Amino acid sequence: MATDHTYTHEKYAYQKYYVPEQSKWPIIATVGLGLTLFGVASIMVNSSQGESTGGSWLLFLVGSLIMAYMLFGWFGNVIRESRAGLYSPQMDRSFRWGMSWFIFSEVMFFAAFFGALFYARVFAVPWLGGEGDRGSSNLLWEGFQATWPLINTPDPVAYPPAKEVIGPWGLPLVNTILLVTSSLTVTIAHHALKAGHRGKLKFWLAATIALALGFVVVQAYEYVHAYKDLNLTLESGIYGTTFFMLTGFHGAHVILGTLMLIIMLVRVMKGHFTAEQHFGFEAASWYWHFVDVVWLMLFTFVYIL
Amino acid sequence: MSAVIDTHAGEHHHGPAKGITRWLFTTNHKDIGTMYLVFSFAMFLFGGSMAMVIRAELFQPGLQIVDPEFFNQMTTMHGLIMVFGAVMPAFVGLANWMLPMMVGAPDMALPRMNNWSFWLLPCAFLILASTLFMSGGAPNFGWTFYAPLSTTYGPPSTTFFIFAVHIMGISSIMGAINVIATILNLRAPGMTLMKMPLFVWTWLITAFLLIAVMPVLAGVVTMMLMDINFGTSFFDASGGGDPVLFQHVFWFFGHPEVYIMILPAFGAVSHIIPAFSRKPLFGYASMVYAVGAIALLSFVVWAHHMFTVGIPIAGQLFFMYATMLIAVPTGVKVFNWVATMFRGALTFEAPMLFAVAFVILFTIGGFSGLMLAIAPADFQYHDTYFVVAHFHYVLVPGAIFGIFASAYFWLPKWTGHMYDETLAKTHFWLSFIGMNLAFFPMHFLGLAGMPRRIPDYALQFADFNMVSSIGAFMFGATQLLFLLIVVKCIRGGEQAPAKPWEGAEGLEWTLPSPPPYHSFQTPPEVK
Amino acid sequence: MGVHAMRAGVLAGGLLLPAWSMADWTLNMTPGVTGTSNEIFSLHMTILWICVAIGVVVFGVMFWSILAHRKSEGHKPAHFHENTAVEVAWTIIPFVILVIMAIPATATLVDMYDTEESDIDIKITGYQWKWRYDYINDDFGFFSNMATSQDEIYNRAAKSEHYLLDVDNPLVIPVGKKVRFLVTANDVIHSWWVPAFGVKKDAIPGFINETWTRVDEPGIYRGQCTELCGRDHGFMPVVVKAVPQAEYDAWVQDQLAAAELERQLTEKEWTLEELLERGERVYATACAACHQANGAGIPPTFPALKGNPVVTEDLPAHLDIVVNGVSGTAMQAFGPQLSEADLAAVITYERNAWGNNTGEMITPKQVFDYKNQQ
Ligand code: HEA
Ligand code: HEA
Ligand code: HEC
Ligand code: CUA
Ligand SMILES: [Cu+2]
Repeated sequence: MATDHTYTHEKYAYQKYYVPEQSKWPIIATVGLGLTLFGVASIMVNSSQGESTGGSWLLFLVGSLIMAYMLFGWFGNVIRESRAGLYSPQMDRSFRWGMSWFIFSEVMFFAAFFGALFYARVFAVPWLGGEGDRGSSNLLWEGFQATWPLINTPDPVAYPPAKEVIGPWGLPLVNTILLVTSSLTVTIAHHALKAGHRGKLKFWLAATIALALGFVVVQAYEYVHAYKDLNLTLESGIYGTTFFMLTGFHGAHVILGTLMLIIMLVRVMKGHFTAEQHFGFEAASWYWHFVDVVWLMLFTFVYIL
Repeated sequence: MSAVIDTHAGEHHHGPAKGITRWLFTTNHKDIGTMYLVFSFAMFLFGGSMAMVIRAELFQPGLQIVDPEFFNQMTTMHGLIMVFGAVMPAFVGLANWMLPMMVGAPDMALPRMNNWSFWLLPCAFLILASTLFMSGGAPNFGWTFYAPLSTTYGPPSTTFFIFAVHIMGISSIMGAINVIATILNLRAPGMTLMKMPLFVWTWLITAFLLIAVMPVLAGVVTMMLMDINFGTSFFDASGGGDPVLFQHVFWFFGHPEVYIMILPAFGAVSHIIPAFSRKPLFGYASMVYAVGAIALLSFVVWAHHMFTVGIPIAGQLFFMYATMLIAVPTGVKVFNWVATMFRGALTFEAPMLFAVAFVILFTIGGFSGLMLAIAPADFQYHDTYFVVAHFHYVLVPGAIFGIFASAYFWLPKWTGHMYDETLAKTHFWLSFIGMNLAFFPMHFLGLAGMPRRIPDYALQFADFNMVSSIGAFMFGATQLLFLLIVVKCIRGGEQAPAKPWEGAEGLEWTLPSPPPYHSFQTPPEVK
Repeated sequence: MGVHAMRAGVLAGGLLLPAWSMADWTLNMTPGVTGTSNEIFSLHMTILWICVAIGVVVFGVMFWSILAHRKSEGHKPAHFHENTAVEVAWTIIPFVILVIMAIPATATLVDMYDTEESDIDIKITGYQWKWRYDYINDDFGFFSNMATSQDEIYNRAAKSEHYLLDVDNPLVIPVGKKVRFLVTANDVIHSWWVPAFGVKKDAIPGFINETWTRVDEPGIYRGQCTELCGRDHGFMPVVVKAVPQAEYDAWVQDQLAAAELERQLTEKEWTLEELLERGERVYATACAACHQANGAGIPPTFPALKGNPVVTEDLPAHLDIVVNGVSGTAMQAFGPQLSEADLAAVITYERNAWGNNTGEMITPKQVFDYKNQQ
């Protein structure tokens, strides 16, 4: 069995590839995720049928606790192994492929929602309003005017219209600036890490986190404003639907990315990462850039156009 | 560049752990592969039993066995379980077993995640199966779960179904990431991309498809979840949405999904046919390009499932042409297999029998697919048993026969024993006859006008339905024989050499049968 | 060998049988009675034969190898592989074949999409589980329910000739005229299909799809709903009666007169017995699919009406639910679907049937007033 040194072959340098022994984390993660989601589903179903949701909340809570325990345990394990020098550059590449394809899968997830937005704008709403190939639908929705942003829904009783929508040049612009800047600062931090400037690294990473939290706060404020003042809600037809689903999923990703960055900061504080080996940090920053790009798409297609 | 294996010093790493923890905690690609295969077969029996309920009800006109409501649940669960529970996990199981051995790696690239990918599946299917016992019953809106039947009008269990799909999706995406990382990063020195075995190639592309479309499926079920529980209006015209939007998003996932269910079988068959023809594959490079072309085209044909929903004519024409084009690369594959057999020295052991039947019957399914692709004609075929015949021809003698062929091909490697050839041939012939009896008459039924997803039918459809049911029972019962053969093979039998098939080629055959617990501890070199 | 024989059998079966397609058990697609359906049929046959021809060539080569190049026959394997000329040929030739198929397909499709200049417009609306036909030009409309009895379905009575394919009120259209259909749905997606016309169009709630037909031969043509639409998806047939123009005109007059009669029913004084009798019939066609003939429903999806407090006590709620439906559930608004007389009758019936002996009745006039005050 392999030891810690590198084998040499005529042409190739063999690296050790770490195959972990048995691990209890995956099965714990399965139980945790299963309970959490089963809990969430029963909360939804029971509350819609007016039944008590106490037991469901309990399931959900237990599941989430197990998930949290698992996340700490599993990642802790990986970090320990990494710090023990068990990972070779080849292993590092596996992680890189893993993270890149994971981000690609996230891109496709957002693509589905952007697709829904484009479809509604370009096809469904004009058809309902009597234009285009299937314009005869206006027979059913007489008096309905197709506009975008769609304020008046075809059936205003079922989907009460919003008073107004959120313009791009106020808070959303602020948010754009916050996120783009944060993408820059995280890059600066990365360069600092590669150059071995730990002080700079800490500063710029912390700055990134601050900007990220700023974004979240502004977004939350905007949501409250939309619900309270504009009557723009999930229920106000396809505009509200796509608006909240896109920005909402983006927001959830921002929060996740921020958590990643915070963990990275903690690890930096603890003295983890070297100028050469810091994939954890890079993964978080890749993720952050991805979140940023999604926002730019959102800003363009949801707010401006 | 490649790797030698490294495990925690001091732990025993020469063999599997004992007891149940071996399976719960394992990080070993073979153990995980075995679990996938066992799970998939269990699901095949489960989903198959539902098909038996369907066929029993359709044995005669009139309602005799089940209520229409329950019939719909059976159809839905049968489709879902076969697609997500039987076929996809079977291929992931084969990938887990074979990919590291074929590329000369010690294990999969991300072994712990591998374990998680597997265990999420039983979790997801537990939730899915539990819906059968919920008030209002299991999902009853078809495996395609079109809105608004599944949203506004769905049973309460729909929410559970949605989360089950989410969990399956997570499992598939992680499995696919693992496959890609393994293939791109753990190949033996000297194994360039164009030297990779075809099974590896097809899985690389399948994994790409999975990562590209499973999130879209997650997206569409999330939209449903929101429409059902949070008042959004994605699929409700009165809020400015459109039920047809559901279909677009679903089929953007759904069509690549059908290739996910066939490409790995293409790969396996491309090993088996040369092995039993004792002749190299006719055109390796064109096989690779063909798979790539099929995968790319599969993203731009989705609306051929929606010819009757009323899309503008330009769209209709585009999707018709694009769909028809897929026949070209698929044809390249079929011609290659035939050319490989041509002037070989053929023998017909069970893997070869299944592989040859695969080529023939899949092609028939492909032909009916091409007929469906002709948009005006699809106005007559759509949602009839002609479609049911089409997809069972590509799925049963396609995907399922591909899996049987692979299983017989690699069983000696996995278990170290030869399987019982006579029984295996019996399994083949009974399956072959049963399957054709069950599904060929469905073409006639569809053309004569029998809609799908109905529990009862008009009298002129009676005769063929009875034939079809008899064939289905025969095919179903035969699968128990497969179980017997595999169990027998695991428990004993003639010792298998490292390379049991004369014409087989590839790194996996350089390992002893059964292979060591960690496949290649030092990577082999490929010239 | 066996593969060969079996395959040949199946293929031959598949190919020869279309020739007998006029036998009782149909094997092939119907050529139909419209231009469109004829075009589709010939497209179908063309592609089928092309596929058969390709199959014969491909499988021919394959069976030749299977028979001749067996190891057991002592055949030694050749080692050739890769041949650019062959590979280019088997890419180009299929492509050309596809182009040849695409040309007539495109022409047919363009034709099918041309809904301009129709003589009659009919709006078709899918409901769970029946069709409604509205003659837009003439301002009348009616529901079309399956007429096959539950006894036949549950094997308690012999099955009639048009088992499952019979309705109470067929759609009537004149021959030789271009009829435009505006297809939509009220609840879930349905699909309106008449094979003999080559017309199948999905009925999407909230949207309208257009399609058309021109039938040349008078006759009765049958089809079914082809999109899964819930429990009784298998039980919502389509029946179309194509009649000569004169007969059609007379029929339209009858319909208009009947609609007028129906309106007068509201004014009439009704007795409890009359209402109960009418109500039982309405219940059987409009409500029993969900709430069951014995009022027991299929809980929890379809509530029981027997002993249900809404039905035994709260009359205003009962009226409201039946007239306006419960949005977001399968319980539709029957106000626009049924006449006042039918509404009153069915409500009265429910309040007195299956042991719900309230003895109460509600008159068509009351229903009329209720509808109007909204
Ligand atoms: C493994 C799964 C699989 C595969 C591989 C395919 C392959 C194909 N499918 Fe199929 N399909 C399904 C699974 C699959 N399908 C399923 C599950 C459904 C139903 C879903 C549902 O509604 O529930 C479906 C439905 C479906 C429809 C919708 C029908 C409808 O609902 O009305 C259509 C329409 O175009 C279609 C077309 C095709 C085509 C053109 C191919 C092509 O890839 C086939 C290509 C192959 C060949 C053509 C044969 C070999 C080629 C040659 C020998 C070359 C020469 C040939 C010529 C030039 C003709 N399929
Ligand atoms: C890979 C996918 C796959 C596979 C392998 C199968 C396998 C089978 N399918 Fe499946 N089928 C689908 C995918 C698949 N199907 C899909 C996607 C649909 C569409 C669903 C929808 O409309 O939403 C469908 C729909 C479908 C229908 C149409 C239902 C309808 O429209 O209402 C029918 C009808 O005959 C059918 C039959 C069968 C049969 C007889 C088998 C047989 O091959 C099964 C054989 C296996 C077994 C029987 C199990 C093993 C044996 C035992 C457990 C022992 C017990 C056996 C006996 C007592 C005899 N299937
Ligand atoms: C397609 C199915 C369907 C049909 C047809 C149908 N109903 Fe219903 N009905 C329902 C459902 C589902 C509910 C439950 C609605 C809810 O969740 O509140 C319901 C509820 C009711 C209720 C209220 C019961 C309660 O407990 O709240 C009454 C009264 C009723 N229906 C009467 C009728 C009458 C009268 C007809 C025919 C004219 C009819 N229904 C036809 C599906 C149907
Ligand atoms: Cu209406 Cu199916
Ligand atoms: Cu498809």
